[in-house]
Amino acid sequence: MTINYDLPEEHEVFRKVVAEFARAELSPHVADWDERHHFPLEAVAAMADLGLFGLIFPEEWGGGGGDFLSLCLAIEEIGKVDQSVGITLSAGVGLGANPIYRFGTRAQQERWLPDLVSGAALGAFGLTEPGAGSDAGSSTTRAEPDGEDWVLNGAKAFITNSGTAITSIVTVTARTDAGISNFVIPAGTPGMIIEPAYRKLGWHASDTHGVILDDCRVPGDHLLGEPGKGFHNFLSILDDGRIAISALALGCARACLEMSLEYAQQRETFGKPIGSHQAIAFALADLAVAVENSANLTYKAAWLKDQGRDIGQAAAMAKLYTTEAAVTATRVATQIFGGAGFIEDSPVARFYRDAKILEIGEGTSEIQRMVISRGLGL
Amino acid sequence: MNVIVCVKQIPDPASPGELDPSTNQLKRDGKLILDESDSYGVEMALQLVDAAGGGEVSIISMAPNGEMSGMRTALAMGAVKGVLVSDPALAGSDALTTAKVLAGAVQTLGGADLVIAGTESSDGYTGTVPEQMAELLGLPSVTFAKSVKVDGGALKVSRQTEEGFDEVTCPLPALISVTAGVVEPRYPSFKGIMAAKSKPVDTKTAADLGVTAAGWAGAQQAIVEVAQAAARQAGEVIEDDGETFNKIVEFLDGLKVI
Repeated sequence: MTINYDLPEEHEVFRKVVAEFARAELSPHVADWDERHHFPLEAVAAMADLGLFGLIFPEEWGGGGGDFLSLCLAIEEIGKVDQSVGITLSAGVGLGANPIYRFGTRAQQERWLPDLVSGAALGAFGLTEPGAGSDAGSSTTRAEPDGEDWVLNGAKAFITNSGTAITSIVTVTARTDAGISNFVIPAGTPGMIIEPAYRKLGWHASDTHGVILDDCRVPGDHLLGEPGKGFHNFLSILDDGRIAISALALGCARACLEMSLEYAQQRETFGKPIGSHQAIAFALADLAVAVENSANLTYKAAWLKDQGRDIGQAAAMAKLYTTEAAVTATRVATQIFGGAGFIEDSPVARFYRDAKILEIGEGTSEIQRMVISRGLGL
Repeated sequence: MNVIVCVKQIPDPASPGELDPSTNQLKRDGKLILDESDSYGVEMALQLVDAAGGGEVSIISMAPNGEMSGMRTALAMGAVKGVLVSDPALAGSDALTTAKVLAGAVQTLGGADLVIAGTESSDGYTGTVPEQMAELLGLPSVTFAKSVKVDGGALKVSRQTEEGFDEVTCPLPALISVTAGVVEPRYPSFKGIMAAKSKPVDTKTAADLGVTAAGWAGAQQAIVEVAQAAARQAGEVIEDDGETFNKIVEFLDGLKVI
């Protein structure tokens, strides 16, 4: 048997369906949503109809029974049209539903999973704190047992999908005597305060808030996974999420390549299309290589995950390379578009603002390099 | 209620098509996709079966090289099975032979309560196959259906006309052709796409259906000439001098629309 770089035919068919969906249902609105900082529940409902939130979950939960690669292709194609909608999907699946599916008891799954899988509800995951991110050892949020209940105190920062009209749960990490543990906090629980939405550089149509826990009381059965295993469990959730962010970044880079290529063949300077000038042609050649590499790293990481293999290194490499390629791609695209790329009428400007966070969320580039260098034995 | 939908598989309009210079026909050798104008028929069939509370949607197609990529899309949307007629001897078939083949495919499936076709394909545009099929099958036919309801064993159709629409009632079984845009075709889900892989598609030849494949030589129609469509003339541009509305009124008056 020889090596095979073709995606399965059904996956290519599915990619086309999502691409057509994004073109027809999302692209006419994304600039408006971005400008108004509007979280598009209508886009969530449309993606839910297409089964995107349940894509990777088994049919018994109402899911599509798809593999991780299918999710990556969906995120890539949505992200190619709009990064905000892409992160809403990625976080909804990876950080909302996935922890409940992976670590929930049967009763917890029955309680929260169906709505997260159908897309009727969105879940959020609160790890980052004002004073701690990937260095979870510095986190200060605490959960104290009180009778049958747990009482949580602390603050979480930059929590995606935490304040939408359909947010059903926020899963948070908190210190307990047994170590870091995860707790599911249903929306509306007294003591969980969702702060006003951040004013962000990009991702204007995504939902991001700080979350304050002030004597927030949840029943004992809201502990998710084994006590003390919270750190280990969220690292595993983050590994999956890094591949998903890599797919989102791939969509960004691919959009930049396609938009730049089209523009370079139309826009003329010195009597010929700018793509005929070597400076632009070479920039596009480099961009094409970066997109190709990004795709290969992302799909391989997804494939490893689908094979049930260890993905720590592959996920970190894909996330590091692809997100940096995406940021470069937006810079190159904006340069090729020139003044037109600096104007908000152009999608290039939106992608330029949206890209930077890719190098930060789900572990910064520095954290990815740390993970990779540790993998080298350093 | 069982519905059979005729689906044509056509070259992807997104890639530039090519004509065979010897026959003036579109080359259909490569990968084919579901004709968008047939996706409306598939959606309408799925909705009718759903509303009837039972039954199934089957699809039939005639295509070269055993091609069924486009049929898989219809199966992914929710059709349960298909019949594909693929036979090198059918290359160059005219509309009537195509109608005979598709009518034969309908009979292979044991008929249905309703047969749905698009009004015309997006690559051939003869627009005559549905009525010919109805005649061959001995079914009443209603063309240009824009909405369809089943009421007490009869079909109620709003039929698009140049002035508006006709309300037509027709007994079942029947054959209808539906216009594009009358329903919103669903997007196939990933689950549907995976399931479509294993849905049965029965492949038949012309001989299996008892149809004489006349091919190029026996076709009753020929494309004599293909010519470039006249380029659209540029419109008149009027600079706004503050009084341009008068010109607009004058223009519309000239068209007798005001």
